[in-house]
Amino acid sequence: MYRILQTVLVALFLFTAVPSGLRAEEALRDLVNALGEAKLSDMDEHIAALAKTGDPKVVAILEALGEGNLYARKADGQVFLTKESGSSLSLTDPVSGEAAGEAPKAALSKVKVNNGVRRAVRTALGSLTLLSPDRNARLKAAQSVLQSPNAEALGAIENALAGEKDGEVRTLLEQARATTLLISERPVEEKREAVRTLKERGGRGALSILSSALGSADETLKPDIEAALASIEQDQALWAAAQNVWYGLSLGSVLLLAAIGLAITFGVMGIINMAHGEMVMLGAYTTFLVQEVLRSSFPGLFDWSLAIALPLAFLVTGAVGLAMERGVIRFLYGRPLETLLATWGISLILQQSVRTIFGPTNREVGNPSWMSGAFELGGLTITWNRLWIILFALAVFAALMFLLRKTPMGLQMRAVTQNRRMASSMGIRTPWVDALTFALGSGIAGMAGVALSQIDNVSPNLGQGYIIDSFMVVVFGGVGNLWGTLVGAFSLGILNKFLEPYAGAVLGKILVLVLIILFIQKRPRGLFALKGRAVEA
Amino acid sequence: MITSFLIKSLDRTIVIAVATLLALAILVPALNLLTAPDHPLHVPTYLVSLFGKYLTYALLALALDLVWGFCGILSLGHAAFFALGGYAMGMYLMRQIGARGSYGNPLLPDFMVFLNWKELPWFWYGFDMFWFAALMVVLVPGLIAFVFGWFAFRSRVNGVYLSIITQAMTYALLLAFFRNDMGFGGNNGLTDFKDILGFNIQADGTRAALFAASALALAVFLVITSGIVRSKFGKVLVALRDAESRTRFLGYRVEHMKLFAFTVSAMMAGIAGALYVPQVGIINPGEFEPGNSIEVVIWTAVGGRGTLIGPIIGAILVNGGKSIFTAAFPEFWLFALGGLFVLVTLFLPKGVVGTAQQHVSRRRAYREARGDKDAGLPAAEPMAAE
Repeated sequence: MYRILQTVLVALFLFTAVPSGLRAEEALRDLVNALGEAKLSDMDEHIAALAKTGDPKVVAILEALGEGNLYARKADGQVFLTKESGSSLSLTDPVSGEAAGEAPKAALSKVKVNNGVRRAVRTALGSLTLLSPDRNARLKAAQSVLQSPNAEALGAIENALAGEKDGEVRTLLEQARATTLLISERPVEEKREAVRTLKERGGRGALSILSSALGSADETLKPDIEAALASIEQDQALWAAAQNVWYGLSLGSVLLLAAIGLAITFGVMGIINMAHGEMVMLGAYTTFLVQEVLRSSFPGLFDWSLAIALPLAFLVTGAVGLAMERGVIRFLYGRPLETLLATWGISLILQQSVRTIFGPTNREVGNPSWMSGAFELGGLTITWNRLWIILFALAVFAALMFLLRKTPMGLQMRAVTQNRRMASSMGIRTPWVDALTFALGSGIAGMAGVALSQIDNVSPNLGQGYIIDSFMVVVFGGVGNLWGTLVGAFSLGILNKFLEPYAGAVLGKILVLVLIILFIQKRPRGLFALKGRAVEA
Repeated sequence: MITSFLIKSLDRTIVIAVATLLALAILVPALNLLTAPDHPLHVPTYLVSLFGKYLTYALLALALDLVWGFCGILSLGHAAFFALGGYAMGMYLMRQIGARGSYGNPLLPDFMVFLNWKELPWFWYGFDMFWFAALMVVLVPGLIAFVFGWFAFRSRVNGVYLSIITQAMTYALLLAFFRNDMGFGGNNGLTDFKDILGFNIQADGTRAALFAASALALAVFLVITSGIVRSKFGKVLVALRDAESRTRFLGYRVEHMKLFAFTVSAMMAGIAGALYVPQVGIINPGEFEPGNSIEVVIWTAVGGRGTLIGPIIGAILVNGGKSIFTAAFPEFWLFALGGLFVLVTLFLPKGVVGTAQQHVSRRRAYREARGDKDAGLPAAEPMAAE
């Protein structure tokens, strides 16, 4: 019984649907073929007729027409979509969408197009896709209408707006309607409404539409437009400032990462470690090695590469730092200028070793999937890797703070820096505390290297670029004060990014350096100077 | 007064050094120009230029020794003054090219034509005259050092902080000179020189003369610095190096003295740069690299700071080593240089000359028992700043 019913239904469906489908196809084919014979002056009507069918196939046909890829066969007047293939053209049936072989160019005549026709095609296309059953297609069409407004499309937009249910497409369409309204011949009241809509939308697009409309606008409308322009401009300036702050925070986090290890070795211990940048570089190369191993042996773990590299980089650079302190620096305590020279020598050796082992060129360090891409927040574009680096820098800072303030090791470190002899007589093994503190600072530099490998070129010269900046941050913030380093890094980062638009990137950086030099004259001990009696310091 | 200044400046080592330099200034050009190329004593022109270059480096190291060895200011930006002097000379040499550049513009140097500049920037005026360029060679580094030092010393920035901001200064200049719109040729710098004072810069005679000029300049400044450090003023310099606050409390204007030494030293560095540029034929922003300035420090340290002739020997030794090393094992030069930094600071803190002097004076003291006379240079034992 069921089966019989099904057969009947299918038969019924075939009987009614197929012929009507066939009939529609025939009608469409006639319309398309008419394009081949039409004069340029009649083209508009033909295009409108095609658009009126609402058939999705028309989109492809109209697009081909606009691009000049629509040809009529001279023999029978059939119109085809074509594609260049060598000296001949490959044909596609516009209605069935099937390939229809190839034909030499001589056997075909191009359907003529001029700018008027192109405009008609665009309008028709806009309104056609605005009515498309596919939501994404409608969304795209609404966006394109919004971006290139055209007074002739106003009717189509209003038509589409009447039937639109989807919220997002609706707002877009409303904005598009407002945009097109302004350049159309509608009454002032409607235009005023449109100005209000545009004002709410904001953005650069609305700004340019309104300012171009300002010239031709009615006298009564001008104040409205001007007010809207001012409000949008203010919004824009705010977002631009916010974006600058964001870039500044991002740069500040990079500076913080580079400087935070130095804040330990230089700030707390007073060692001028010119090899600090090379510790960052070693950390970056550790990441490179980890990624190489993962790529060749455990490709599935690639997203974890940074998590694996972090402790490794800490250990590697910490060990290098420990060796440096035990081998060289401990003989130079109390002679800061000599320490500077010796560590500079070590930095040259480390650079050249890396250059010998890995070669002088940049090494490729990949971004794990969770670090690539970006998202929008209001008028801001925020990339994931920058966001993660800011968070990471803050996390490292917090961990270091915790270590120094709340653990026995931190207590010993602070005791040794405050009063070495007293600490020593309380039973603290000061040489070991020195060595461990230096290793800690170096290890943190290595972890910074892991993060910086994500946004910078991993080359033997990586560290060189950071060393002066890091010293600037530490000195600016105040030696011996971690909070100073934090504030110093972020304020220098933000200052740099705010100077850039006015002065250019390089000049901005020079200005910042000059400002720091002047600042040190004013406050030789930095923003947050340690208080104390330091005459012969 | 000047004669007493000069007589005081001449102790035995300085006399020997000056005599050697003067002999070199005559002998090397003579051997280069007057002997046939196959003569066993012939000095080829490339060697003349190479050693001329070393002599300018030696002058730079001497300049650094004046501030670091005797005044305790470790400048990590001395190569910047050297480069500024070099740029002043380079600008003169560029103007001498005239219409012989590849664009044939009689007024504008090639790079300005290339950047579509229509007229000469104001700061290039006057550089077609040698006396003006020579004045700028001294004045520009001197003025920058004066302004920089004025601010730094007045607010008592010293020790490591001063080192770091001098480094920042040379870094800022590096970035600035890399910019094309600065009007100094961007990252290509100034090159392709033709004439100096009407003589072809490539000619053997000119090169020999430049060598002689470098040796002469070094000798003159050796006498001058020696005079400075041996005068009463020099004694106060050493005092403020070893105990700045105490010297200040004794009533000396410490910052004025430092400023004087720093400015003189920068001027010397500028002259060294001006002699350097015509001999190597190019000046570019790379000279401002912070690394270059630190290398100057190692020349001084190797030779022995606070000894005057030490830096000269150190500059020639290290750079000679660099030339040999980079030709034979280019890979290992940085290892050698880095190792030198570490080993010298650890095991030879007084440098080659300082250690030798110490050795000599110790033996003399041993021989003459107690209460002996002046032994060598005063106090080659700089106390640490902290």
